[in-house]
Amino acid sequence: MNCELAKTTVHGYFDGELDAVRSAEFERHLENCVECQTELKDIESLRALLHESNLYEQASAEFRERIRKQLAHGAERVSPVRSRRWFLVPAFGSLAAAAAVVAIMFFVLQSQTQSARITAELIDAHVRSLQPGHLTDVQSTDQHTVKPWFDGKLDFVPPVSDYSEQGFPLVGGRLDAVDGRNVAALVYSRRKHFINLFVWPYREKEPSFVSSGSRQGYHWMAWQSDDMRFCLISDASATDLRDLKDLIHR
Amino acid sequence: MLEPQDRIRFEQLVLPHLDSATNLARWLLRNRADSDDLVQEAMLRAYRFFDRFHGGDARAWLLQIVRNTCYTWLEKNRPSELMTEFNEEVHQRPSATPESLAAQADERQRLMLALESLSPRFREVLVLRELEGCSYKEIGEITGIPIGTVMSTLSRARERLQRTMTAAAKEVS
Repeated sequence: MNCELAKTTVHGYFDGELDAVRSAEFERHLENCVECQTELKDIESLRALLHESNLYEQASAEFRERIRKQLAHGAERVSPVRSRRWFLVPAFGSLAAAAAVVAIMFFVLQSQTQSARITAELIDAHVRSLQPGHLTDVQSTDQHTVKPWFDGKLDFVPPVSDYSEQGFPLVGGRLDAVDGRNVAALVYSRRKHFINLFVWPYREKEPSFVSSGSRQGYHWMAWQSDDMRFCLISDASATDLRDLKDLIHR
Repeated sequence: MLEPQDRIRFEQLVLPHLDSATNLARWLLRNRADSDDLVQEAMLRAYRFFDRFHGGDARAWLLQIVRNTCYTWLEKNRPSELMTEFNEEVHQRPSATPESLAAQADERQRLMLALESLSPRFREVLVLRELEGCSYKEIGEITGIPIGTVMSTLSRARERLQRTMTAAAKEVS
């Protein structure tokens, strides 16, 4: 390989990490550089292979349960790593560890709180929407078709915009139900992934629902703005979700 | 101990990233039994040091702790793996020769072994970028690699993984 850019810059370009100027410069170079074109294709197919292979390993139910159970039986069997070398740990150190673990236990039990439940419901809704025929009730890339469709179906007006130019084309919208109420679900696509944007109004005195994370290979990102709540869910990358969030709140 | 409002913040900000922590540790240690133990330890550490978290990217913050926990463990239990880092030619585990890779019936298995055959430094940037979707800035924050060299490290890691997979594919045909 002789082209230096094929070893470095093409990766930054592929990962969307170049600024606009460098990106445009590189695109001009790419038109005439076979090496860079080949490299780009190679890393594209490598990524596709990595994604298709489902290599992501989530925390198992047993693992979550393990923390819970061991604590229920007392903190002395907190962690197998520690218990194997228990005799090395000074007594007060282990007490501190035990106390901290009891606190963790508290969180794990607490994680069945409202926001965790809503997240679980939203992920379920996202997965359901991917089944054939469930993605959209109104299918259109035109925000002026999708937005009026919600009229009379919801007691609020969801913000609807198309971001085709930024790489997130609007696919359509549908009604969904989350947390015992109707919510607007807008569907965007990102490369070959679908992204659901759930929007619903904020009820007074509700605990805040601001979180991000991943489960079962799906990423989510939830936030609040004015009197609305938003949650993006997709198997697209967390970076993509952040980009879309930034577009929504430009 | 933390104040109640901090405990709630920990629950909301850090716990949701348990999957990310699990995934990174599994790939750093190449097995699940050890990695679950270490994630548990890292969660404890994160909890204890939570007062040092001053907002920002909670996932990157947790993954940094997970990574440090894993590296400390590797130094103690499998120092040879870290000594060969970046020494690409020497670092070729016997389980990942082209022959053994080719013997794997399915491509996913081959890819897993190929990824595991890379040095931890290459493996982690690939896992963070391709599986976790981290930005270069986040990768730099988590791994301590200067932001300016994330791109070239990732480039070498991808090249290495491609080469291993190509070699295996040749054996198959």
